[in-house]
This record gives sequence, structure tokens and C-alpha cells, in this order.
Amino acid sequence: MDTKYLFKRHNTYWVKVAVPKDLRKELGFDLRTSLHTHELSEAQKLREAVVEGFKSQIFAAKENLKQSNGKGSVKTFMPITDTSDPQYYHKVVDCQYACPAHTPVPEYIRKISQNEYTEAYMINWESNVFPGILGRTCDRPCEPACRRTRTHEKPVAICRLKRVAADFKDDVSNLLPKAPSNSNGKKIALIGGGPASLTVARDLIVMGYECTLFEKDPQAGGLMRTNIPSFRLPEEVLDAEVNQILDMGLNTKFNSEITSLKNFLHEDFDAVFVGTGAPKGKDLNIEGRKEAKANIHIGIDFLTSIAFEHINSIGKKVIVLGGGNTAMDCCRSSLRLGAEDVKVVVRSPFSQMKASEWEIEDAMEENIPIFENHVPKKFIHDEGKLTGMEFQKVEAVFDAKGNRSLVPTDDDPVIIECDDVLVAIGQDNSFEWIERDIGLEFGEWDMPVVNPTTFQSTHPKVFFGGDAAWGPENIIWAAAHGHQAAISIHKFCQNEDINKRPEPGTNLVSQKMGLHEWSYDNDISQAKRFLVPKADQDVALKSLKIEVEKGFDENLAMEEAQRCLNCDVQTVFSESLCIECDACVDICPTDCINFMFNGPEDEVRQNIRIPALNIEQDLLVSKILPTKRTMFKDEDVCLHCGLCAERCPTGAWDMQTFLYEEAKVYS
Amino acid sequence: MTYIVKPVNHHPNLEKNKLGLTRRDYEGTISTLCAGCGHDSISAAVIEACYDLSISSDQIAKLSGIGCSSKSPSYFLNQAHGFNSVHGRMPSVATGANLGNKDLLYLGVSGDGDTAAIGIGQFMHAARRQLNITYIVENNGTYGLTKGQFSATNDQGSKSKYGEENVFAPIDLPTMAIQLGAGFVGRSFSGDKQQLVPLLKAAMKFEGFSLIDIISPCVTFNNHLGSTKSFDHIREHNESVSSLDFVPIGKEIKTTYKEGTKVDVPLHDGAMLTLEKLSKKYNPLDKGQAIQSLNEAEKNGKVLTGLLFINPEVKDHAEILNISDTPLNQLAEKELCPGAKKLAKINASLN
Ligand SMILES: Cc1cc2nc3c(=O)[nH]c(=O)nc-3n(C[C@H](O)[C@H](O)[C@H](O)COP(=O)(O)OP(=O)(O)OC[C@H]3O[C@@H](n4cnc5c(N)ncnc54)[C@H](O)[C@@H]3O)c2cc1C
Ligand SMILES: Cc1ncc(C[n+]2csc(CCOP(=O)(O)OP(=O)(O)O)c2C)c(N)n1
Ligand code: SF4
Ligand code: SF4
Ligand code: SF4
Ligand SMILES: [Mg+2]
Repeated sequence: MDTKYLFKRHNTYWVKVAVPKDLRKELGFDLRTSLHTHELSEAQKLREAVVEGFKSQIFAAKENLKQSNGKGSVKTFMPITDTSDPQYYHKVVDCQYACPAHTPVPEYIRKISQNEYTEAYMINWESNVFPGILGRTCDRPCEPACRRTRTHEKPVAICRLKRVAADFKDDVSNLLPKAPSNSNGKKIALIGGGPASLTVARDLIVMGYECTLFEKDPQAGGLMRTNIPSFRLPEEVLDAEVNQILDMGLNTKFNSEITSLKNFLHEDFDAVFVGTGAPKGKDLNIEGRKEAKANIHIGIDFLTSIAFEHINSIGKKVIVLGGGNTAMDCCRSSLRLGAEDVKVVVRSPFSQMKASEWEIEDAMEENIPIFENHVPKKFIHDEGKLTGMEFQKVEAVFDAKGNRSLVPTDDDPVIIECDDVLVAIGQDNSFEWIERDIGLEFGEWDMPVVNPTTFQSTHPKVFFGGDAAWGPENIIWAAAHGHQAAISIHKFCQNEDINKRPEPGTNLVSQKMGLHEWSYDNDISQAKRFLVPKADQDVALKSLKIEVEKGFDENLAMEEAQRCLNCDVQTVFSESLCIECDACVDICPTDCINFMFNGPEDEVRQNIRIPALNIEQDLLVSKILPTKRTMFKDEDVCLHCGLCAERCPTGAWDMQTFLYEEAKVYS
Repeated sequence: MTYIVKPVNHHPNLEKNKLGLTRRDYEGTISTLCAGCGHDSISAAVIEACYDLSISSDQIAKLSGIGCSSKSPSYFLNQAHGFNSVHGRMPSVATGANLGNKDLLYLGVSGDGDTAAIGIGQFMHAARRQLNITYIVENNGTYGLTKGQFSATNDQGSKSKYGEENVFAPIDLPTMAIQLGAGFVGRSFSGDKQQLVPLLKAAMKFEGFSLIDIISPCVTFNNHLGSTKSFDHIREHNESVSSLDFVPIGKEIKTTYKEGTKVDVPLHDGAMLTLEKLSKKYNPLDKGQAIQSLNEAEKNGKVLTGLLFINPEVKDHAEILNISDTPLNQLAEKELCPGAKKLAKINASLN
């Protein structure tokens, strides 16, 4: 049994290589890494490459010491990049890295440009569960991260391309997984029917768990159903994607509010997931609130009433208080309910409004004015009948630490007339139904203590996720939490260590097809971001149900997809092939590539062709080359155009697609 | 060869020169040379030199003969004037152009075949006459374009890609140019831009014949083991005689060269070349010594690089021939036709 360099820990094989004495201060006593396999034969196969990697790391450290005549230490040189660490290349794919669920964005965008909408949909579905919903409503943290923003352009319309996949896909029912015919005997309860619980259900049903959903409302979907208006998210789209999960074999108990967790824990469940969201809208207790209460509404309750068709009208003059996305939905809904004069009034300056840029734009496009720096003082009423509101004008002043205070100006109070006020100034969690003596600890702000990696509470059987875990977020976070919580619940039920998280799946494949041919489109589109066509406003404002955005058609989608830079097609460098001919340095349009002597990171960053000032982005650092120089590539504004690889006479640069798949409970 | 157009996108922090242009504004069309060809690195060095000197492209004429090297002017300075002449005849075209307009900066781009074989006579006379040109030889020891025959600069004993040995002794272009009276002679290596870029800048500022013999490996036909013009061979046998700094007028000289090794050479327009001699024996102002060192290096299989010889005192072709300061295309009838009176006077003087 040949176990050279191998040892076993926690039932998996590891590689270990001893570090020579003179380098131990810098590199540690040994270098080791897990091979993630418990098969010896498999470990033997994998061993060689890892050992080679370690040896070259040791060799380079030695060379670095020599170069500095023993004066410097390894720490004064930039370490060789370990590209076998899945996070290195993952970070280069800016959008995927920024996506909470790590959706393989460029991979699905390429599918769209090949008209393979179903494939594009399924890639999304694996990661984020609700592509049709998210393609219309996602908070899109991927877009500000998009590389195009650093080449001084607008980001790729990643979110709206997701909608394209959903709009043009074929029937996917045959592609969706089903519950296995035999249950594994374990029972899981999901409290709350929002996206967080639905994601947990999706992942655990496939594994044979019997999942039961308890929802206080008559239908599942959570705030996606009760609060996101239909003119942004049509009911059919919501139903289709929620039903995909219900149809997998989820037991549902609607109209079932859980009022005591203590009692609930006596029921026969192996684990409980709490996905009850942050269902309580903040109120504004100022003068006149009680007296005029008939015409003052809490924003999220107001939206819920619209969704369940309990409301179908509103006064002519409406004030919406608050600068977040809820306020934007409230004001636009009011217009559609027949209000003629809708004003949004915000305490803060316009530039500090919490709502997403595009939500504000949409409201402004519907000619809704936004008043900034107005602090509400009182509700004015005429014997209980609301007639208006009084505001104090303020100015935002920042102290040295950047803390903001709103200082009243000398202006007279501002009075705005109104018939109704919608208060949309924030959401709170509501855990009155969780007793404080059941071993479930509550911490700051009366929120449950939840482990940020495992989503487990201090009660081992109870897990949290979505808005219930740390307060209001959005759908994509709920989905990301759900996947992680499912992993934990599975490990918990199988008596495994829930702190040991599964590694992501990765795959690196060369895209070279011929001398100058790549299996991806490496030409850089110079088009500007395409705008999504919208419904005619005259029609759209007449109904709550007419979707405002019409979505890209196939041609626009194709053109927008071409703007993606394919950041997942990595520039992979092989030192042993490089003859240092400079061809790549000369051709690179954005001056990413450098050959120079190694040094401390800040020096290297200053001395390369164009200083690498964006420290968020890594430098790819090669092993030492025959001329004793090192290749440094600044990942910051690489266009992934592949010209370096085309120009390299020896193939030392290659363009390789890096597929990163976040681990799921079933992978 | 590349199929896509080089993206116009550049680094957002790419600097601009005195003319408000970026380095990318000095590029040409995308190269069709083999991937990794040394000639492309030289193009990049020319781009860098012209950008650094803030030269406006319309003040430059690119002239070349035939060969992969002679194709390369298409790949830099898109906006410059240019003439791609017949094989070995670039110096004639340059001479004519120079007579017509001595104000342009002439960049001659040639190969070792184009210069040392078919065009050797033209080359010699251009050097002898101090034609004001920056004459670049992209020297790969082979006829790249016609698929790898030995050229006249290929070393005796050096092997072709297919294994046969070159039986003839090489021509050393720098030695020949110094002997013929060229005022500025240097040699460099396409893979060493740190040396090449300042050398190019100095040559462009020099008034008179400046030759830079640039070893530029042909990756396709002459970069194998046994070739003396391969990347590996040049890196191993390169011996730099000096390290050079080009200091434009008005800029402070900031080099930290050791006393005794530093030589300052003023150029015609007041700019300064400061160089550090890396070998005590070497004096780039001494013609005899330069030739002797080159001969010795050749015997020892070394390739001397750097500024090999400079004579700041030379007069250029236009000055020697007292050529019109105004370019010919700007001379109208008034300047060209002496008039009846003057003609009568001339006629009278012939009697
Ligand atoms: C007006 C508004 C607009 C929004 N727009 C967007 C958007 O465009 N894009 C986006 O990404 N996000 C948006 N969000 C946020 C997003 O809807 C939430 O972050 C997301 O739905 C949270 O999912 P969740 O599963 O954690 O909880 P929720 O969606 O809140 O679901 C919780 C569910 O639990 C039920 N429940 C609560 N308590 C109990 C109980 N005790 N027993 C049984 N059931 C219970 C509730 O009825 C509810 O159905 C918006 C939010 C609001 C208020
Ligand atoms: C009059 C004439 N003779 C011969 C040729 C064929 N020919 C084309 S290029 C070339 C040699 C070019 O060699 P070099 O100048 O070293 O350029 P390289 O391709 O090596 O850069 C020859 C002989 C020609 N084009 N014209
Ligand atoms: S260009 Fe494409 S791959 Fe790159 S960050 Fe933007 S969307 Fe993602
Ligand atoms: S792919 Fe290569 S040539 Fe293109 S921008 Fe990136 S490093 Fe530069
Ligand atoms: S044949 Fe040689 S000289 Fe010509 S382009 Fe190719 S590498 Fe360059
Ligand atoms: Mg040649």
C-alpha cells in the first residue's frame, strides 16, 4: 500500500509535504491539503499533481530567498498564486462571486446567445430556484460588480437576461427533479412559505426527506406574493415557479399560523426551519396618528391587502413616507388604484435613498415627485378625518466619522395636503411566537442567535434563513440561505458535523479549437447597454396587473448577451512553456500582463505597467521564470479577449472555462 | 495572425502624453505576423518611443522594403506617412523623400535579408552619405517571409531549422556602418524593451544616419536549438556595453551612474544622452575601439548590445548638400522660377 505523502483524517485522504527548515518560518512546518476522497486508489491518482504544486511553491520560496541574498524573507515577495484554490478563479468571475447564490452567470448568458434558453433556465434554477421571478425582481448585486463597470461602461443586463431564459424556455417539467420513491424516514417542518423555506424544501425533498410547510396565508410565496406588485411580477410567473416546488411532493398546511414554537417542537419533526420573514411594518407614532388612523396605512400591509384584493381604491391625494423599495411599490400601486396626486416624501437626501436606482427611476418615469430632506412632524386632521401632513425641512450634516445627522433648517414647516398616507419606513421581525425559555437564545435587537455559516440557532433542531435570520434582505439571499440551511439540516439528521461544509464543484476546460479559434466568442462588443422595452404608460397605469416591463425580445437578448465579457473564461498561465518573448505584453489591450522581478505586494502593484490600484482585484503571480523574473497579471480590467493566448507562440497562455458550482445538499 | 480586431477598450488609467494621446493612439492595424515574432515586440517599442517623445504621427514617414520585418510598419503608427518599397530599395526611397522634405522623421524598417543581401549597396551609401534616418534592421538571421533560408547575417555554423549548417561567415552590420561613417550605431534585442526604447528615442532624435541592429528571433524558422539568433542564445550571450538614458530638453538629468563610468552626449536639439559604460574599456565615442570591441566579441561568440558608437559632430546629408529648408511641395513658382532678370544675369555670366 503506497501512502507516500498521504495521510487520512476524518475519513478522507490528505497530502502532506514537509517544508525545508530554512523556509519553515515563512511557509509553516508542512504544506497540506485535503483530497476530498476516502478511496486510496483515487487519492494515489490525485496525489502527484498536488505534490508537484507544493514542490514548486517550496522551490519558488527558495529562489525568492536567494534573490534577496537572504536579506528579505518570503513574506517580502508576493506568493505564487495557488490557482487550485477554487476561490481564485471564482473571484475573477465578478458577477458570480457577487451573487449570493453564486449563479454561473456567464455560462447562462452564453447559452442565451446560442438560443439555448432551456439550458440557461436550468443553470439558473439549480442556483437560485426562481429564475422567472428573479429575472424581474432581483436586487442584482451582480450588476454593480460586473467587469464592464470597470471598463467605464454600464454593466451587462444580467438580471433581465435571466428573465429572457425564463420567457423563452421550453416546458421544463421533465427536467425538474422529483422526490425519490422511498422517503428516508426523516420529517422536516418549514414554518413560513416564502422563498427561503421553498428553497429548503426543494433541496431536501430530492434527498428523500418528508417536508411539511406551515403558512399563515392561504397560498405560498411569502412577500413575493403579498408584497411585490403584479405590475412587476405577474401572478402566473410566481405561481409557475412556486408550484414547481409544491409539485415535487411538499406537504402544505395553509392558513396555519404557528403561534408557539414550544408546542410545535413537541410534534414529530426531526428538524425545523424558520422562514417566517420580517412581516411587521414599522409605524410612525407622531401627533395625530391615533386620531387619523382610518386613512394611515402601513405600507406592507397595504400591499398585502391589494394582493389579496381586500382593497381596490384609495384617496385622490396620497403621501408615501419612506425612501426604500417598499415606498416605490406603494406609490406606483396608489397610482394604479386611482390616486391622482401621489408624492413620495423622504427624510434623507435623495442621494441616500435606500431604494434601488432602477426602482426610483421607474417611479419617476411615472411622474411621481420625490421630496427629499422632509422629516414628518404630525398628521393633520379635521375631527379624525386626515387632511394633510406637516414636515420640517432638514439638512444632512456629516461629522468627521461620516455619521449623518439631519439638522433642521430655518424654513417654515411644510404642509402637504392628502387623503391617505402610506407608511413605508422599514420592516421588523416578529418573534412573539417563539418562547424565550426553550433553549433558543436571542441576542442583540431581540433577534435569534444564528450561526452565519450553518444557519443553526442555539437550539440544535431549529434552523433559520431568509429575512427571519438577520432582518429584511431580498429573494436571492433567501434562496442562498435556503441552500445552506438544507445542507446543515441534512448533516444534522445524518449525525454529521454541520460545520464541515462541502467544497464547490469546479471544472477548468480549454476553449482552444484551432490556432485562432475559440469555442467562445472573444470579440468584444462595443454596444451600449440595451434598454428593456416597456408597456405604453397610458395602458400600464390603468391596471395593477399589467406588467410594465415587456422584457427583451430574442434579438435584443442576443445583442445584450454579446456584451458579456465571458469572465469565466480564465487566462491560465503555464510557466514551463513561456519563452518570455513579450508577445502577450504587447498585444494586451488593457495592459494587464507584466514580467518583472518579484517584491512586496504594494511595490509590485505600483511598478507594473499601469499601477494596480484596485486592491479588491487579485494579481496572478507566476513561478519564477528562466530570466528570474515573475509574470504578474492584474485581473482588474482583463477583457478575457484571449489575444494573449492567440499571440503566445508556445501556448503558455490558454483560455479555459472555469465552471464553479456552489455545493448543494444533493451534489 | 489574429481574427478579431484588437478591442478599442483600454485601461481606464492609461496615461496621456503632451499631445493628449495615449500609447494606444500610436498603434497600427493588428499584426499578421506569426504569434511571438520578435518583430511585433519591436513595433511595440517603436510605439512606446513615439508616445514617450510626444511625436505627432503626421511628422513621421515609415519606409520599408520587403520581408516580414518590412511588413511591420503597418502594425504601428496608423496615422503616419508610409511607403512600402521594393526589396532592398528602401534607402533610395528614403533619400528621395529626404531631399523633398527634410523635416519629417524618417523611420526605415528593414530586415537582415532586405539590408544585408539584396539591399546592401543601398544601405552602405545611405550610411556613407549620412542620410537623416532612423534605420532599423529587424535581424533574425533568416529570410522569414520566404520560409527560412539563411541570410547574410546568419552566423557560420549556426543550424537551420532542418539541421544544415551555415557555411559562410556573417556580415556584421554595426561594424560596417561605423566604418562607413554612420554617426549613431546601436544594437539591441527585441526581448529587452528597457534597453531598446531609450535607444530608439535617442536614434530618432539624432540628426544623421542612425542604425539600430535589433536581434529579433523568428519563432517559426530560427528559434531552435543550434541557432545563434534564438531567444535562448541571445539571452545567454548578450553583453550590454552601456545602459542608456535619453533626457529630452528641459528635463533634469537624474541618473545615478557611478563617477568615471558616466558619459554625457549632447544631441543637436539640446537633448542629452547619458550613458553608463558597463565595461571600463569601452568608449562609444572612439571609432577604433568600438570596431575592435565588436571584432573581439564576435570572436568570443558574444553579442554586444547597447549604444555601440556615436559621433555627435557629424553633419547630415541635408546639411552637406545644403538642401532647401522648405519642403519641395511648399515651393511655389515664385521661389522656383528665378525670373527674367536673374536669368539674363545667369546667361550673361556664361558668356
Ligand atoms: C414591498 C416589498 C417589495 C419587495 N421587492 C423585492 C424585490 O423586488 N426583489 C427582491 O429580491 N426582494 C424584494 N423584497 C424582499 C423579499 O420579498 C423578501 O426578502 C423575501 O421574500 C424574503 O423571503 P423569506 O422566505 O425570508 O420570507 P417571506 O417572503 O417574508 O415569507 C415569510 C412567510 O412566512 C409566513 N409567516 C410568518 N410568520 C408565520 C408564522 N408564525 N406561521 C406561519 N407562517 C408565518 C408569512 O405569511 C410569509 O408568507 C420586497 C419586500 C417588500 C416588503
Ligand atoms: C527582388 C526580390 N527578390 C526576392 C524577393 C523574395 N523575398 C521576399 S522577402 C525576402 C527575404 C526577406 O528577408 P528579411 O529582410 O530578413 O525579412 P524577414 O522576413 O526575415 O523579416 C526575399 C528574398 C522579392 N520579394 N523581391
Ligand atoms: S462581463 Fe459577463 S462575466 Fe463579466 S462580470 Fe459582467 S456579466 Fe459577469
Ligand atoms: S485576455 Fe489576455 S490579452 Fe485579453 S485583456 Fe485579458 S490578459 Fe489582456
Ligand atoms: S516567419 Fe519568422 S519573421 Fe516572419 S512573421 Fe513568422 S516569426 Fe516573424
Ligand atoms: Mg530576416
